[in-house]
Amino acid sequence: MSILINENTKVLVQGITGRDGLFHTGQMLEYGTKVVGGVTPGKGGQSACGLPVFNKMKEAVEATGADASVIFVPAFYAKDAVMEASYSGVKIIVCITEGIPLLDMIEAIKIIKEKGITLIGPNCPGMISPGKCKIGIMPGRIHAPGNIGVISRSGTLTYEVVYNLTINGLGQSTCVGIGGDPVIGTRFIDLLNLFMNDKDTKGIVIVGEIGGQDEQAAGEYIKSSVRKPVVAFIAGKTAPMDKRMGHAGAIISGKNNTAGAKTEALKAAGVSVVDFPWEIPGVMKELINLKMR
Amino acid sequence: MNIHEYQAAELFKQYNIPVPESALAANLEEAISFAEKTGFPVVLKAQVLTGGRGKAGGIKKANNIQELKDAFDKIMGMDIKGFKVKKLLIVKALEIAKEIYLGITTDNLSGDIVCIASSQGGVDIEDTAQKFPDKIFKLYIGAHNPEFTDFLKPVFDKTEDRVIAAQVLSKLLKLFKENDCTLIEINPFVKEKNGTYTAADAKINFDDNALFRHPGISALRDLEMEDADEVLARDCGLSFVKLEGEIGCIVNGAGLAMATMDVIKNLGGKPLNFLDVGGSSNPGKVINAFKIIIKNPGLKAILINIFGGITRCDDVANGLIEAYNQLKIDIPIVVRLTGTNEARAKELLSEKGINTYTSMKEAVEKVVGLQGNL
Repeated sequence: MSILINENTKVLVQGITGRDGLFHTGQMLEYGTKVVGGVTPGKGGQSACGLPVFNKMKEAVEATGADASVIFVPAFYAKDAVMEASYSGVKIIVCITEGIPLLDMIEAIKIIKEKGITLIGPNCPGMISPGKCKIGIMPGRIHAPGNIGVISRSGTLTYEVVYNLTINGLGQSTCVGIGGDPVIGTRFIDLLNLFMNDKDTKGIVIVGEIGGQDEQAAGEYIKSSVRKPVVAFIAGKTAPMDKRMGHAGAIISGKNNTAGAKTEALKAAGVSVVDFPWEIPGVMKELINLKMR
Repeated sequence: MNIHEYQAAELFKQYNIPVPESALAANLEEAISFAEKTGFPVVLKAQVLTGGRGKAGGIKKANNIQELKDAFDKIMGMDIKGFKVKKLLIVKALEIAKEIYLGITTDNLSGDIVCIASSQGGVDIEDTAQKFPDKIFKLYIGAHNPEFTDFLKPVFDKTEDRVIAAQVLSKLLKLFKENDCTLIEINPFVKEKNGTYTAADAKINFDDNALFRHPGISALRDLEMEDADEVLARDCGLSFVKLEGEIGCIVNGAGLAMATMDVIKNLGGKPLNFLDVGGSSNPGKVINAFKIIIKNPGLKAILINIFGGITRCDDVANGLIEAYNQLKIDIPIVVRLTGTNEARAKELLSEKGINTYTSMKEAVEKVVGLQGNL
């Protein structure tokens, strides 16, 4: 099994005729994802990668029965793309676009929450249930089907972690890049809950980084509700803190935004936090074996 | 993006938020002429893009010309957290009866805008937030127009004060939304002895991602306050932050770039910088990355760590070869490449006699070892 997406997920690509949209549509099709069409306003009736292009998301969903969309449109139009998708009938939206203004996302996420839709991203590599469905830009071949759930705020660091899992014989149920922006649609705790309830996920890997306090929230949730092994890596221990002005950020998050504070919080929740990304598979194997004994 | 207090105060004025009478003083004569016009006491304030100016001695009150002269000489040119003071703001001193804190920022966890208020304004607000969280009040904006007067009840005893502060907060929120701010802060929001309220300080941060729709705000950027290499990197489409160290890093992706620095440190090495070449495959970016890094005097080795996804390894290899041809590079370079077009990249590099690694672990161990042997 996997979470959120599987071999039956039908995907629309918003921005399918753009350079990135077109390239990655090809890559997703090659991986075996059921991409059923795309949307580019003004280009309805054309085709891309042999798939129909529509002017509007609603039309596209009605014609194809799609249940997910992936967004490759430029940052300037991304809020409108998310909004349009959220009214179109799809249940899952993956927003790859980076550089979206924060207030645009705050506005869009209000609608997403109201509608009960799952938004992954923005500014993320997307997600993949290996062997079944890839929605995003990650290199498919570094993944393998298996029993590890991966949740990461990063892009290429996720690839590094997944690659190490795969070459050490640990395949993945689903890998989700939740995105590096301050405001994102889906957080660690949402996915921890899904992985906890997925019987084929035997262990969970968290890749966090400095900024915000999401890892602390994840720690609290793991302590109370997650009964599967969790291994984490937190990036940014050596990163200089922002040349910060003002106090509001510190009033909101306290001193929680450092890699050290996140590591401590996760350790206190019983998570194994490793110093090197390549230690993850070994530690995970040990924990899974312990649990099975 | 951060702006100076004087620039933020100017924006406050445009939104009818009360600010004290003030002027930028380029020299002592201008400061004296301002003080003679408004009368003493006045306050001199260093204009640098960092917090903690007061505690660093960058804010001084002057009661007469002699004190003004002393304060001016002391503050102008002083160093505050690595920033040299080149601009001074001179302000008419307020007769402070009470200091309030007012702020607006975004909250990652709730994905919302949040207003913050406290009756305990002033330099120790962060300590107050830690020690007396019940003195800090937060209002999440949500989908509706917030009721600021109700929100401010625990901060102000008198209704009339509450109404004034509520008006200021609603103007701040308008400023925040219309200009894509990530933080606005008035600390302190001063009640003077005569009962009037004034924003005695002004801080505004803007969302870099939204500057494209605010050309007027972008123009406020003070390049003198930024590291020249970091500005150059930004112009080249690279994300670069300088540290004190010896191993230069060129990496694709911010997370992997941070992890690379962490791993170098964990193995006993000293990373020189954070550098994310981004997702593009433009060989020119690699050349620019080299140009920025090799200028640093502490540099002893360079590690290139690429996990190809959108980034194609052969493009990076071409950039690297071009950098070798264009620049005089006489320090050891360790190259780790894996992912998209890895085989082609390794072929190109081995033709030039450059060894490559597939594993990040081996590459980092190698570069840290090299450094130890130098």
